This record gives sequence, C-alpha cells and structure tokens, in this order.
Amino acid sequence: MHSTVTETPVITTTGLTKVYQSRGRDITALDGVDLHVREGEVFGVIGRSGAGKSSLIRCVNLLERPTSGSVVVDGTDLTALAGRGNRAGRELRRARSRIGMVFQHFNLLSSRSVQDNIELPLEILGVSGAERSRRALELLDLVGLADRAKAYPGQLSGGQKQRVGIARALAGNPKVLLSDEATSALDPETTRSILQLLRDLNRQLGLTVLLITHEMDVVKTVCDSAALMKQGRIVESGTVGELLATPGSELARELFPVTGDASGPERTVVDVTFHGDAATQPVISQLSRTYNIDISILGAAMDTVGGKQIGRMRIELPGRYEDNVVPVGFLREQGLQVDVVDEDLPAEVPAQSNGAHGAALVKETVK
Amino acid sequence: MTWSEMQPLLTQGTLDTLYMVLWSTLVTAIGGLPLGILLVLTDKGGLLQSTPVNKAVGVVVNIGRSLPFIILLIALIPFTTAVVGTFIGPTAMIVPLAVGAIPFFARLVETAIREVDHGLVEAVQSMGGSIPTIIRKVLLPQALPSIVAAVTTTVIVLIGYSAMAGAVGGEGLGSKAVTYGFQRFETGFMLVTVVILVAIVTAVQLIGDGIVRLLSRRGRTA
Repeated sequence: MHSTVTETPVITTTGLTKVYQSRGRDITALDGVDLHVREGEVFGVIGRSGAGKSSLIRCVNLLERPTSGSVVVDGTDLTALAGRGNRAGRELRRARSRIGMVFQHFNLLSSRSVQDNIELPLEILGVSGAERSRRALELLDLVGLADRAKAYPGQLSGGQKQRVGIARALAGNPKVLLSDEATSALDPETTRSILQLLRDLNRQLGLTVLLITHEMDVVKTVCDSAALMKQGRIVESGTVGELLATPGSELARELFPVTGDASGPERTVVDVTFHGDAATQPVISQLSRTYNIDISILGAAMDTVGGKQIGRMRIELPGRYEDNVVPVGFLREQGLQVDVVDEDLPAEVPAQSNGAHGAALVKETVK
Repeated sequence: MTWSEMQPLLTQGTLDTLYMVLWSTLVTAIGGLPLGILLVLTDKGGLLQSTPVNKAVGVVVNIGRSLPFIILLIALIPFTTAVVGTFIGPTAMIVPLAVGAIPFFARLVETAIREVDHGLVEAVQSMGGSIPTIIRKVLLPQALPSIVAAVTTTVIVLIGYSAMAGAVGGEGLGSKAVTYGFQRFETGFMLVTVVILVAIVTAVQLIGDGIVRLLSRRGRTA
C-alpha cells in the first residue's frame, strides 16, 4: 500500500509562542512557530535538545498551553477550547482523546497488564468492557504482540514496551499520532523496527504522524516532510524534495550527506542534487557519453521515491572548472542543482563556502 | 501475680488495643489519604496548583505532627467528649489516635504519590483523562505499594500511641502495663505486656511487607 498524502492540513500552528517563567526570568521555548502537517504524512521535527521540540509537541495537544498563537488539529481550534493547562475542560479532553501520543520513556502503567494499559484510553472514553477487550487484542495483533496481552510492562523489552505504547495511542482511533522521541531510548535495531511500524501504520491507517527527534536517521527513514528547529524557531521546513531543492538547506545536506575529495589536481568536484523534478533518464551516463568524459562518483546519498531520484551525489570531472563549464551547464539543463566543491581554496566564493560547510557538517553527523 | 491472674487482664488489654488501633487506622486512612493527595495536587506544578490551599493544609499538618501525642491527647479532651460523649475508654481513644496519626499518614501518602512518574500523568492527560481519572487510574494504583507500606508504619505508630493513651484514661495493654506493671511493681506482668506488644508490631510489619511484596511483584520482571 502507498502512503496517500493529501493537501488537507491536519495540524496547523500559527504564531505558536511559549514563554516560561524561571526564577523571575522569561525563557522563550517557542518563538512564533508556524507548522503545517498535511493529512497522511509523516512529519519530523528535528533539533538539538533545548531547541523547543518538546514544547512544540506538547503544545499541539495542549499538554502545555501556549503563551500565544493557535493550534488547529483536524479542523478544531484547540487553543479556543475551554480549560487551562492541567485543568482541561471536557471539550479539550475530548479533542485530546482523538490525538494519540507516544513517549520516549513509554509511560506505561506498571501496575496494569499490557492489555489493561491499552484499555485505559478506552475506559476513559467510556467503552464497554467486552468491546475494550476486543479492541485491545486487535491492537496488540496490529503491533505484533498478540501473545503478550497478560504480561506486565516490567516483563517486556524496550521495543515491546514502545509497541504497547503505540497500540495504546491508537486505541481511540486517532487521526493524528504525536511521537515524542519515541525511539530515543531504543537501540538502533529496535529503532528501525519501531520506525517501520510507524511507517506501516501511517500507510495502512492513513495515520498522520508528527514526530520529534534529535536523530537525523529517524527523519531519513520515515519522514515525508521535515522541519529543523533552532532556538524555538523553525528555520527550515518542507517535503524532503522541497528541502533538497532549496539551495543551502542544512537539512538537505544532513539528510543526504556526501563526502569525498578530488583524486588529484586538475579535477573538478561538483555536488549534484536530485530533488525529484529532474528527468528520470540516467543523467550521469548521458553526460559521460555526450561529452566523452570520464566521471568518477566520489560519494552519493540517493533514494528513489515513486520512480524519482532524490538525493545528492558528489562527482569528479577531469580538468579545471573552466574546462567543465559546458558539462555543468548540461547538468543544470536537466533540472539538477549543481554546486562546485573546491576544498583547496578558502571560503571566498559562496559556492565553495557552501561545500566546505557541508563537509564539516557531514563530519558532525558521522560522530 | 500468677498467670491465671494475668491472663484475663492481658486478653482484655490486647483486645482493647487491637480495637483502638484498628478503628483509628481506618479513620486515619479515610482522613489522611485525601489530605495527602491534596498536598500533592495543590503543590507548585501540581494538577490543581493552589499555593494558599497547599500552605494552609501544610501548616495544619505540620502543627499536628509537631505536637507531642501526650499533649494532643489532653488538649483534645473537650473535642473527644463532644464527639463520643466521654473521653475515657477505648472508643473515646479512637478520636485522639486518629487526629494524631492523620497528619503523619498524610505526609507519607504525599511522598508515595510524589514518587509516581509524571510521565504517566502526562500520558493519561494526553488520552483525555480528567483529574479524578488521573487520581483513580494512575496515582493511587501506581502508589499502592508505597501507600500500603505507609499504612503499616502508621499502624505501628498507632500501637505506640495507644499504649500512651492508656495513661490518660484509655484501655488496652498500655493502660494495663501502667496500672499493674508500673504502679504495682509487677515486673513480670510488665515484661509480658512488652512481649505481646513486640509480637503485635512484628506481625503487623510482616503482614504489611508481605502485601507490599505481593503488590509490587507484578510490576517487576518476573
């Protein structure tokens, strides 16, 4: 099955601002955040700790009440609903029950069995006992834990706990799932399986997922769209294709890192960005044949989405840049973005500084 | 004093002690539990944050805890008389015992509830749970082992208090020990009452620990 992203916005925040008072000082966690998450997509917000991701996701279901700005989820303006912070009114509680949430530390009740944990949101919704138990078992089956219904959370592994957390979040049939660093406490392999599960649910149920993370890999693995947060602001945002098409996009560079140095003097190194709009022909071999030049690929980070190529590639052409103006022009004509990389020169020319910066960032992600 | 002389006194004393402790524990639990929950909820950052309420309850609880029980016992005589009709006898003693133990128990409950991971509260809020739901489905069940431990400690404190109550017109083992063991210099009798008290306390502690273990076992890896 294929994910069907529509243009209908499911989560929209407008001018979302959150200011905390701490020891008489104001701390701005969110500074005018405008977020648009479309129906059926997996949207990732990435940023370092303290960038405001956590506040953002907590403001979406109003676990934290924003200082100003509005949050609209599935057509309901949550900020307009009665109730303040912890003392949420009935309508806000009703709206929250239609938004699932999973947490970094799972937040399962150790005093309840797996099945009873999943039934908890249904108890809150006032669903009858038989129906609750039917639904819980169905959800357990969906997340692949059908045989652990009677176990207690203390008997499960981290990945299993998160599966229970996801099943619980889905109990009320939400349209939207919020994921608060859901994989950050898990090992890489378990992280992959949980992300795969989120992806499957997104496709099978048409579930819209808003996730926050500090791991670029998470965004790379599951997200259709991403936003980069810094100091309470969203500095970049868009679909992966759009981000790649944006010159100088930090997210695109980190999502598709390329490295590699020129193999010798008299070589031209260029980064070619494929952002899905380019012709689907094999451009590199065409380039090679048309101009009769040998091209080496130094590094590449590519993905094929819906038959279109997305990603970046670092290639080396023989000769100085001046000798390669025509081939580079050819690549640009194909709708590709081409940036010249020259490691030897100090960052004077914008294109070069871009490349050098990119290399530095790549090293950082590798760490 | 022979054993046949001691035995009816000890039986009566033990029964009175158990009677006083049992009922005062019940009253303490009913009074102290909501108070402890209130202390957590109204605290800074709590679900029902209210500094005036928190301060007021805190002051009352602190006063209750700082008064020596023997003084509370005497100070409460008019109140006890108003409630029970007399201030003498095991039934009357339930009043000062409960009043003395409620603040103590409330603080223990407060600590127990505070230990519940805030993430769980957040999770239930995100499901649309109201504050009563959070108390019923998260705070109390998750804190249950600690609350049972708190009840055990409170029962033991009440056994101690009840012995003291014997000095001011109460009945029970304490009263018997004072009357026979101390005022009549019956060292043997005194020793037996001490042994019985130790046995009761030990039994209560063992039972309490057992229940706590039973409750928390399912939470751990089995």
